[in-house]
Amino acid sequence: MSSLQMPKVEKSIISNRNEIVSDLEKIVKSENILSHQDEIKPYETDALAAYTQSPMLVVLPETVNEVSKVLKYCNENKIKIVPRGAGTGLSGGALPLEDCILLSMGKFNKILELDYKNRCVVAQPCVTNLAITHAVQDKGFYYAPDPSSQIACSIGGNVAENSGGVHSLKYGATTNNLLGIQVVLMDGTITRFGGKAMDSEGYDFLGLMTGSEGLLGVVTEVTVKILKTPEIIKAALIGFSSIEDAGNCVAEIIAKGCIPAGMEIMDKALLKATNDFCKAGYPTEAEAMMIIEFDGSEFEVESHIKTAEKIARKNNSSSLKISQSNEERLKFWSGRKAAFPACGDLAPDYMCMDGSIPRGKLAEVLKEINNLSKKYKLPVANAFHAGDGNLHPLIMFDASDKDQLRRCEEFGADILKYCVKVGGALTGEHGVGIEKRELMCEAFNNTDIQQQLKIKVALDPNSLLNPGKVYPILRKCAEEGRVHVHGGKTKFPDIPRF
Amino acid sequence: MSMEEKQNSLTFQDFSQSVLKPETREDISLIIRECYKKNIPIEVNCLQSKKSIGRNFQAEKTLNLSNYRGIIEYKPEELYIKVKSGTSIKEIKTELDKYNQQLAFEPNDFGFLFKGNPDEGSIGGVVSCNFAGPRRFKVGSVRDHVLGFQGINGRGETIKSGGTVVKNVTGYDLSKILTGSFGTLTVLTEISIKVLPKPESSKTMVIKNPHLLKAIEYLNTSLSSSNDPSGGVFYPEYFSNNFTFNDLTHEGPFTAIRIEGPNESIDHRVKDLSKELELNIDETLVLENEQSKILWEKTRSLEVFSKMKSNLLRIVVPPSETFEVIKKIRPLEPKYFIDWGGSLIWLQLDKINIKIFNDIRKIVNNAGGYLTVIKIEEDLKASVDIFSVDPIRYKISEKLKKSFDPKRILNPGKMYSGI
Repeated sequence: MSSLQMPKVEKSIISNRNEIVSDLEKIVKSENILSHQDEIKPYETDALAAYTQSPMLVVLPETVNEVSKVLKYCNENKIKIVPRGAGTGLSGGALPLEDCILLSMGKFNKILELDYKNRCVVAQPCVTNLAITHAVQDKGFYYAPDPSSQIACSIGGNVAENSGGVHSLKYGATTNNLLGIQVVLMDGTITRFGGKAMDSEGYDFLGLMTGSEGLLGVVTEVTVKILKTPEIIKAALIGFSSIEDAGNCVAEIIAKGCIPAGMEIMDKALLKATNDFCKAGYPTEAEAMMIIEFDGSEFEVESHIKTAEKIARKNNSSSLKISQSNEERLKFWSGRKAAFPACGDLAPDYMCMDGSIPRGKLAEVLKEINNLSKKYKLPVANAFHAGDGNLHPLIMFDASDKDQLRRCEEFGADILKYCVKVGGALTGEHGVGIEKRELMCEAFNNTDIQQQLKIKVALDPNSLLNPGKVYPILRKCAEEGRVHVHGGKTKFPDIPRF
Repeated sequence: MSMEEKQNSLTFQDFSQSVLKPETREDISLIIRECYKKNIPIEVNCLQSKKSIGRNFQAEKTLNLSNYRGIIEYKPEELYIKVKSGTSIKEIKTELDKYNQQLAFEPNDFGFLFKGNPDEGSIGGVVSCNFAGPRRFKVGSVRDHVLGFQGINGRGETIKSGGTVVKNVTGYDLSKILTGSFGTLTVLTEISIKVLPKPESSKTMVIKNPHLLKAIEYLNTSLSSSNDPSGGVFYPEYFSNNFTFNDLTHEGPFTAIRIEGPNESIDHRVKDLSKELELNIDETLVLENEQSKILWEKTRSLEVFSKMKSNLLRIVVPPSETFEVIKKIRPLEPKYFIDWGGSLIWLQLDKINIKIFNDIRKIVNNAGGYLTVIKIEEDLKASVDIFSVDPIRYKISEKLKKSFDPKRILNPGKMYSGI
């Protein structure tokens, strides 16, 4: 992996390490300060495992007052802080710095309130995304945003990254499902943005904090809205003999007013890889396959499924199957969910990209990706959240071959640049972190970036909170930007990724 | 003469006027740059349908964006429309109608309140105020529909954020911070808005009920139902005569719940929800599509307050607190109606003074909500906080303002004194 420039290391801070530890012992319990190399080791990377760096210290505060005091102390002593939730992020947002204190929020793991009257849950930031749904499902509720890592990722991390999921088109991402947060700013100020009431007055700091990748504050409490579990969910598995037909089908379904809960497209390469891997029974002769899912009341779902079926046939679908039971529906998804590991089986390594594109550009973008695949002589397979335009190309390569690694990195950067060119975005859900930092100037000019940096400086004048992330240190459009998986193994092999 | 010089000279000639109505982004930028250079505060407005909301403030010049209008790009299949900020909501809706799409957040129309007739204003104004209508609890607020923008900050620089795709986590989400900022941070020039297909049909259950507590119970049960309503209001008796429908036979207070979607699903959902609410046939009636639409249009447009002379407060609380808040305010003899399925209280007060106002704000704040002044007697306007703010929030707001508009030239003092 190419080396990455990070903020200048303050040697004087590192040499003061013992003194810092004894100062911190006045704020948090001494067992909550980790300084031994063996204890620190697990924190040296997040799910972007290609980059590792041990922090100077790890601190695990237990209360919001402790967080506030740690931040205030760091601010006064110019010590860098990197906040961390579950560490499942794919863009390196929780990568430590050599001279930083890694602030693990791991002890903030309790659900504080289930408030059915106001249809919300108040939780500490390190509660997992799925735990919120688990806590309310017996009363028929759930939390809508469902990133693929939901079994392990933390709700505070979801706020930091504005995580989405397969159901973003209908239910939105984290930002649309968040009612309030308690947050600690770099100077130690504890405040709340939003609450249990809808919207907030004045400047929307809740919206600004969401997706700010831990650069503006540390979230210490989260209030999310919960929704009633849909009465039924039904899916259709549809094959197409061309990407264009699949693309037209997507556009027409949406134009007709059917907003599906989820809509996924896999290209031929991925279909084949998946079917060989887990025998999902997909139509491998098809050029593209779509899984479309509707949820809601029974009559609404039936009506939408019928419409989708009609539109699919009109757009030359080569095969069409509608789930007759929940088991069958889950079987439709099982192959899609195994798509990433399936690619891991085809090559020693794969790189998972995360761009957003206008839905209608799918055929054009896939054509370009295939051209690039020929240019860089590396195979690629594509998964597409068609509902919300989020494209995940998986580039297969062998990282032990330096030339292949270089080609893969250039290939990935070219894909993301093309996404921006057709009106899309550099990242749909993985965040910028360190991974796509250098590509920010593809999406923004210097004035845009300077405005964002001015907001950062307004809240963190010494740039101590998660420095080196999101914004380029040197304004160069380097060839960075992907999730690298070696030997089919991710940092957390047991967490699903799709 | 180069293009740039030509534009410069044109604008400088115009700059002597007190009301500036530029037609291009370049001109807007030149005007703001000039104000920045010369420390000239400037009021930013457009169709002025909501002009009187917010604090009064002094500005030497006015930037009126009503000539900066037009649809830049409309992609129905991509579910977005990109427009210049001065474009009227009316023009946008006419365009969306062609493809049977809509602004799902149903922006409030303040035209009736201030002038007695509909006036939805411009998209720039709607985004700057962030007042969403009845569908709020289901589809989100205005801020949830702004995909991206381009604008001119207080230094006269053109900045942008977001884009036209729904999934985008590249950099800070500045679209959110500008939505609801009342033109105090950046002059919006281009806005990309998420649009959605219109539901095939809509029906509204009107439940006759005299008691607020029962109404809140109906709303609460409906919003927790998988029948997925998209509107929930309660109108007390004094407002009910504003609603005369063919299908509506009873007079008196009522709760209305809207169900939208494919035709064949609506009847079933209405029936199912009636069962959930344990309604009797004689206390319920159902408004069909056209009449249902009228009821929600009237609600969105605050028609019950048409040409109202008294004061109007907009109160948002967690739904569990609504009853207690109204109970505590009741001795002041307000008129009110409840929207957003129980969260939003529109409160009309004939009599108000600083003490009354502060008492109400305290009640609302203690309930975990907030209060915004929409209309208040002129002599009181300067002495009350139009928007709620605490000292910490004020300090952060001040810093944020400075990062966009360091010389405080854009709508200075419109939201908070000194910001």
